[in-house]
Amino acid sequence: MPVNATASPAVAMRGIDKRFGAVHANRAVDLTVAAGTVHGIVGENGAGKSTLMSILYGFYQADGGEIEIEGRTARISGSREAISLGIGMVHQHFMLVDTLSALDNVMLGAEPTFRLTPARATVRAGLQALMDRTGLVVALDAAVAELPVGERQRLEILKALYRGARILILDEPTAVLTPLETEQLFATLRQLREQGTTILLITHKLKEIMALCDRVTVMRQGAVVLDAEIADTSVDGLAEAMVGRRVNLAASAAARAPGEALVRARDLRWRDGLGVERLKGVSLALHRGEIVGVAGVSGNGQSELLDALSGLLAPQQGALTVGARGFTPERWLDPATARTLRIAHVPEDRHKRGLVLPFAAWESAVLGYLGRYCTAGWMQHPRMKSDTAQMMDAWDVRPRNPALRSSKFSGGNQQKLVLAREALPEPEVLLVGQPTRGVDIGAIEFIHGRLRAMRDAGGAVLVVSSELDEILALADRVIVMNAGAIVGELPIAECSESALGRLMGGAVH
Amino acid sequence: MSQPVELPRWMDVLVLPALNLVIALAVAGVVVAIVGFEPLEVLQLLIRGAFGTPSGIGYTLYYTTTFIFTGLAVAVAFHGGLFNIGGEGQAIMGGLGAGLVALAWSAHLPAWAMLPLMVLAAALFGAFWAAVPGALQAWRGSHIVITTIMFNFIAAALLGYLLVNTLKAPGNMNPESAAFAASARLPGVHELLAALGIAWPRTPLNLSFVLALLAALAVYLGLWKSRPGYSLRATGFSPDAALYAGIEPKRLIVVAMALSGALAGMVGINEIAGVHGRLLPDFVAGAGFAGIAVSLIGRNHPLGIVLAALLFGALYQGGAELAFELNGFSRDMVFMLQGLIVLFAGAMAHVAAPFLYRLWKAGGGGKLAT
Repeated sequence: MPVNATASPAVAMRGIDKRFGAVHANRAVDLTVAAGTVHGIVGENGAGKSTLMSILYGFYQADGGEIEIEGRTARISGSREAISLGIGMVHQHFMLVDTLSALDNVMLGAEPTFRLTPARATVRAGLQALMDRTGLVVALDAAVAELPVGERQRLEILKALYRGARILILDEPTAVLTPLETEQLFATLRQLREQGTTILLITHKLKEIMALCDRVTVMRQGAVVLDAEIADTSVDGLAEAMVGRRVNLAASAAARAPGEALVRARDLRWRDGLGVERLKGVSLALHRGEIVGVAGVSGNGQSELLDALSGLLAPQQGALTVGARGFTPERWLDPATARTLRIAHVPEDRHKRGLVLPFAAWESAVLGYLGRYCTAGWMQHPRMKSDTAQMMDAWDVRPRNPALRSSKFSGGNQQKLVLAREALPEPEVLLVGQPTRGVDIGAIEFIHGRLRAMRDAGGAVLVVSSELDEILALADRVIVMNAGAIVGELPIAECSESALGRLMGGAVH
Repeated sequence: MSQPVELPRWMDVLVLPALNLVIALAVAGVVVAIVGFEPLEVLQLLIRGAFGTPSGIGYTLYYTTTFIFTGLAVAVAFHGGLFNIGGEGQAIMGGLGAGLVALAWSAHLPAWAMLPLMVLAAALFGAFWAAVPGALQAWRGSHIVITTIMFNFIAAALLGYLLVNTLKAPGNMNPESAAFAASARLPGVHELLAALGIAWPRTPLNLSFVLALLAALAVYLGLWKSRPGYSLRATGFSPDAALYAGIEPKRLIVVAMALSGALAGMVGINEIAGVHGRLLPDFVAGAGFAGIAVSLIGRNHPLGIVLAALLFGALYQGGAELAFELNGFSRDMVFMLQGLIVLFAGAMAHVAAPFLYRLWKAGGGGKLAT
């Protein structure tokens, strides 16, 4: 419900184009946001929504296209210009100094005077008026570290408004909030809208779009695929648009009946350091001869699940059975034991975990399996090198140079090296996080083929992927996670993109 | 260009350090000229003082020995991602350990039993002094830079206390222990060479030099050929990858620090068993801190550390000679030169890299590789 339909739009982006190397992040994107409305932008991970907002906020420069703010052409070459144009951004990861007070955080970089004591008084008065007007209440004298997450977010919004934001960009604002805090946030945002603030809401939670927005833009693979009034669309329609075309399921259809359970996890619960419950009672079983796909927008507990099953993270509650061995939170599985129990793990982040980047390939290729390349404490370099050459042959790692630094391989080849290493001992259970993130199309087909072959040879494979296409192409059974819980479990035959998309968006099956 | 350039290995290892050294010498030459000396003459005297005579060489290698030990100590910890600033204190403790066993048993034990015992004691005392901060880091999260610095002061105070109150030889005005019996004296190189019939002037250079070279070899083998070395380097480069690989970092931190401390403790063997033959204060004289620079310039590699230690040894000896020969040339000038070398060859080691890279490209280098 635009306040004034005849006024020029708050934001008009036309033909925005942006490439990062080979990745076409934004393809001729048009976005028009009417003043005084809440405009939702949805899409899967990597759909280009964050890039688009970063261009609007001046973090990136578009390769092509133009931007108009409140009817005037704008060249935004940095956040300082964006702020002066009345654009404010609240990032998913808060940009606050934990040790400073809330007041000082607002003042930081916007000090009205050189001396801070009178500056504080000025800012405090301004903030008080702002808090009265918007209902955004924050304890101004508390250190940020002591504030609950919801209050930190209110502080971020206040910070943007204090700097004169009339257009507010919120990037995944509810990712870290409890349901109650989400309700409060939405109430605040509605009030801000009534007071004339334009709000751009980036999210992947379709329910939130339906609850709050006036209009929605759906992005997929860098392009806008849908732009509609909220009254003219539905959660189903958005899910369909977000996920896109049907993929070929033929590859998975040949699955046979799975065998006995190799891994059973029951009621895993884990809270992170901030007290946010990341795993909320997750139970699952992995059987011989099946690929289980874990779908969900990243950050909904999939990573923590993978870490718990591979021994990198001990949950605070729950139980795990691997073959005949049982584990409890007091004595949880550790990564070395996991390998002796024939659980292999291809981590989501190959740069941080999967490889030691400064190591030569032949050194990274034995990470986690030192025992096999060691006699009396001495590393057997010739055997390490010959095995690496063998892995490179078997998985087509290019260039075939075991002496090359791990960091020098392309993403796809790094991933194949990690997969080759984890597959070499012929594990019974393979846990794979984002098997083809950043991998080119040819290598994706290759990796998928290998994962299926491992399944067919009687292995249990767990694939965590934020790419729905990948889940649909690989899995025999799909688990959907949202906010740390399993919200649905479907055999592949019953999976449709819209059903999965709806579950991913938080609808309970 | 935000990305560091990638030079071919031979340039990175040889040409770049040589260029950095030349730049440091050139800047030092300017300062020397401003003060009123002839830079080339000073350089000539410096080199002659360090390498011109057998006696000069002896002193140079004696200083080199100490710097090899402290440089290796820093490198071992560094490969595990730990910054051991406590070489000074660990060296003091190493000397104390060697001195205590010498005072206790040197009158009764023959050299073949005494000397290994002193080496062992020096290693264990140094190891203990580094392992405590290591354990505090591993299990309590106390930052190793802070704790190792603190331990330097504790070690110096402990040695001073013991020398003044319990170990001081009766009738001696200085805070020094009684001299050890001959069995606790590490043979000097001049003595060894004399036994072979080679005449060599008497210098402090002793058998510790061989020990230092063996230590460098052992550090190389340990870090690059052994399983704990692999685990340590993996932890140092990427703690997350190490955890993923099932490497337990806590014990590894303590072991790496203990080895680092043991190496620093060997300074005590060079000084106490090799030269002084008695326990005395201030025998470390900043060598523990110089080890940080040696390791930095030697790129944390044993071979580089041996070469950097030789450079520092030559500067120490040549500088002493300069101060002696040139009237009015203070030894502080040599410290200035050392500082410039640390600055150009250590802290700013890659500043000249883009320039070298352009030269190399202009000369047609790298075309075959791409």
